[in-house]
Amino acid sequence: MDKISFNIALFSYLLASLGYFVYLVYRRPLVSTLASGMVALGLIAQTVSIGIRSSQTGHGPYTTSYEVAMFLAWFMVVIYFLTEWKYKIKDLGAFVIPLVFFVMLVSVFLSKEAGLVPESEVRFWLTLHRTLSIIGYAAFSIAFAAGIMYLIQEHQVKTKKLGIMYFRMPSLEVLDDLNFKVITIGFPLFTLGFMTGSIWNTKMDQAFFEWDLTKTMPMVMVWLIYGLVFFGRLATGLRGKKAAQGAILGFFAVIGSYFLHI
Amino acid sequence: MMTSGPNLILVGVNHKTTPVEIREKLAFSQVKLEASLEQLVSSPEIAENIILSTCNRVEIYARVENTDLGIQLLQDFICDYHGISRGSLDQYFYSYCDNQAVEHLFRVSSSLDSMVLGEAQILGQVKDAYSTARAFSSTGMVLNQLFEKAFNVAKKVREETGISERGVSISSAAVELAKKIFEDLENHSVMLVGTGEMAELAAKHLISYGVKTVYVASRTYERAAALAQTLNGCALDFDSFKEEMHRADIIITSTAAPKFIIHKEMMEAAIHKRKNKPIFLIDIAVPRDIVPEVNDLENVYLYDIDDLQNVVNANMEERQKEAENAMEIIKQEVTKFNNWFSTLDAVPTIVEMRNRAEEMRALEVDKTLKNMDHLTPDDKDAIHQLTQSLVNKILHKPTINLKKKTQSQDGHIYLKAIRHLFHLDD
Repeated sequence: MDKISFNIALFSYLLASLGYFVYLVYRRPLVSTLASGMVALGLIAQTVSIGIRSSQTGHGPYTTSYEVAMFLAWFMVVIYFLTEWKYKIKDLGAFVIPLVFFVMLVSVFLSKEAGLVPESEVRFWLTLHRTLSIIGYAAFSIAFAAGIMYLIQEHQVKTKKLGIMYFRMPSLEVLDDLNFKVITIGFPLFTLGFMTGSIWNTKMDQAFFEWDLTKTMPMVMVWLIYGLVFFGRLATGLRGKKAAQGAILGFFAVIGSYFLHI
Repeated sequence: MMTSGPNLILVGVNHKTTPVEIREKLAFSQVKLEASLEQLVSSPEIAENIILSTCNRVEIYARVENTDLGIQLLQDFICDYHGISRGSLDQYFYSYCDNQAVEHLFRVSSSLDSMVLGEAQILGQVKDAYSTARAFSSTGMVLNQLFEKAFNVAKKVREETGISERGVSISSAAVELAKKIFEDLENHSVMLVGTGEMAELAAKHLISYGVKTVYVASRTYERAAALAQTLNGCALDFDSFKEEMHRADIIITSTAAPKFIIHKEMMEAAIHKRKNKPIFLIDIAVPRDIVPEVNDLENVYLYDIDDLQNVVNANMEERQKEAENAMEIIKQEVTKFNNWFSTLDAVPTIVEMRNRAEEMRALEVDKTLKNMDHLTPDDKDAIHQLTQSLVNKILHKPTINLKKKTQSQDGHIYLKAIRHLFHLDD
């Protein structure tokens, strides 16, 4: 049952990605509405899938790589919907939903075995660590999409070659603002996730923090990049193209760390 | 498709076929329009007419009994009215009938036939022509329906294609750019350096889109003050504008200075003071006021007059592409209108209705008479005559009323009802 709903979600996100892309290029309002509907259907199916799996394993979706990927995709869609509702940037879907589909697709090839469930206090910190980090990552994925859109639009205005995307994409100010908002949400959550992860380590009788090439280094990189973007804006007015590039670079670090860290 | 009954025709000249020195001679002034409409409609050939006269076109739309005759009549009318001989004008006139005339009007009202593709003015002009004609009762059911439809088509084209989406003037292209950089212009400010006419125009355009704070700097302070007053802004001393530059989100330069007045270092300092908030520079001065390399600075967007002209040209091309989509909408709508138009002709429907009744009558009478061999042929004839006159009597009023109703606004509804009630379309 959870497999069926997983497949429905995967397929819905694929169709929605195509739909948003068609809308981006051909501007058919009906297609955009259908795509949003497909995302909603995917989200419901995915919620069902996660729910069933959690009831089977007896814990939330944060122990194995597969579960983390599922949970990340789920939060990405939730945050996408919130953003869409607040900013009304229809074309954001063309950049976020393919990413969601990609995350889901990766999880297809991951082991579906249930993870080991640690004892209760350890489990508490693990839950907190993974959940906070995942919400942070999901927010970063929106910043990534906004960053790409910003670079596309910025390139057009700067080079004075105003193509079709110039008219389709929102203004630079809106995209920069969105980038800032989601990083403002994502960065503190990710920081808390980092800290609770360290606490979790101590509960597992490991050091609070140690330099490790695969476990902590990627995280430090991610933290540094977003920290630079976040504090840079507050302190020196780092914004626009640099902030967009930072958000994109940061997300590549996130993807890298996913494969190294878990 | 229309073999009998009313025909639609259109005769006219426009900016494509006719030079302005001819067009201006053929224009109908608003004052004399009433007399012209009346004169036309009093002709027995012409049932309805509308005169559309703008600076780019003179067109007469009419419903006539005979197409060829009607076209000759309208052309003669235009020539006679303006006292010009027919021979010299023949090469300029175009004329269309039926669905071509419909398509032409739809193209005109949707601004596909305009000099500036997608401009909004023409629709208002067509609406004015229509309401003038209506006011003088020179229109009837067909032209009313046709023009109402033309307004709907224009609206549809406007909404469903990007034909009027992109600015095709320098100042509208500049406003579009400002909105792609800043989104909402309301909380943004503009600074004019130099008081050129184009700069003023662009500033007014920006103000109409919500810009509230305006600074004006000019070498002569009085001119800056005067323009600041008309724009409800604040005048700056020319020497101080460089220090104040960082306050403005949009700077429009139009000075007569022979050399660049804004250099890269100055802009760098300004953008630093702005904490990297983007700035949009519009240099419409010739020779230019701003060093082009300023555009290399991050968060600075510099457009000179040629850049803006290129944007305008590209937008024009884009509108041209959108015009093809618009044509598809128009073709569909022409078909719809023709379907409606073809239902208007009452005669075929009446003939069919009567034939149907006669068939039934003959069938029923024959059936009955088969079993009545005792009747003489004369008796049988009498029964035939009786039933025939019965059918005629019953159908007489509906026939008369149908003919009358088809001349009214909702005539097609009656025709449709009759065809439905008598099963004429099976």
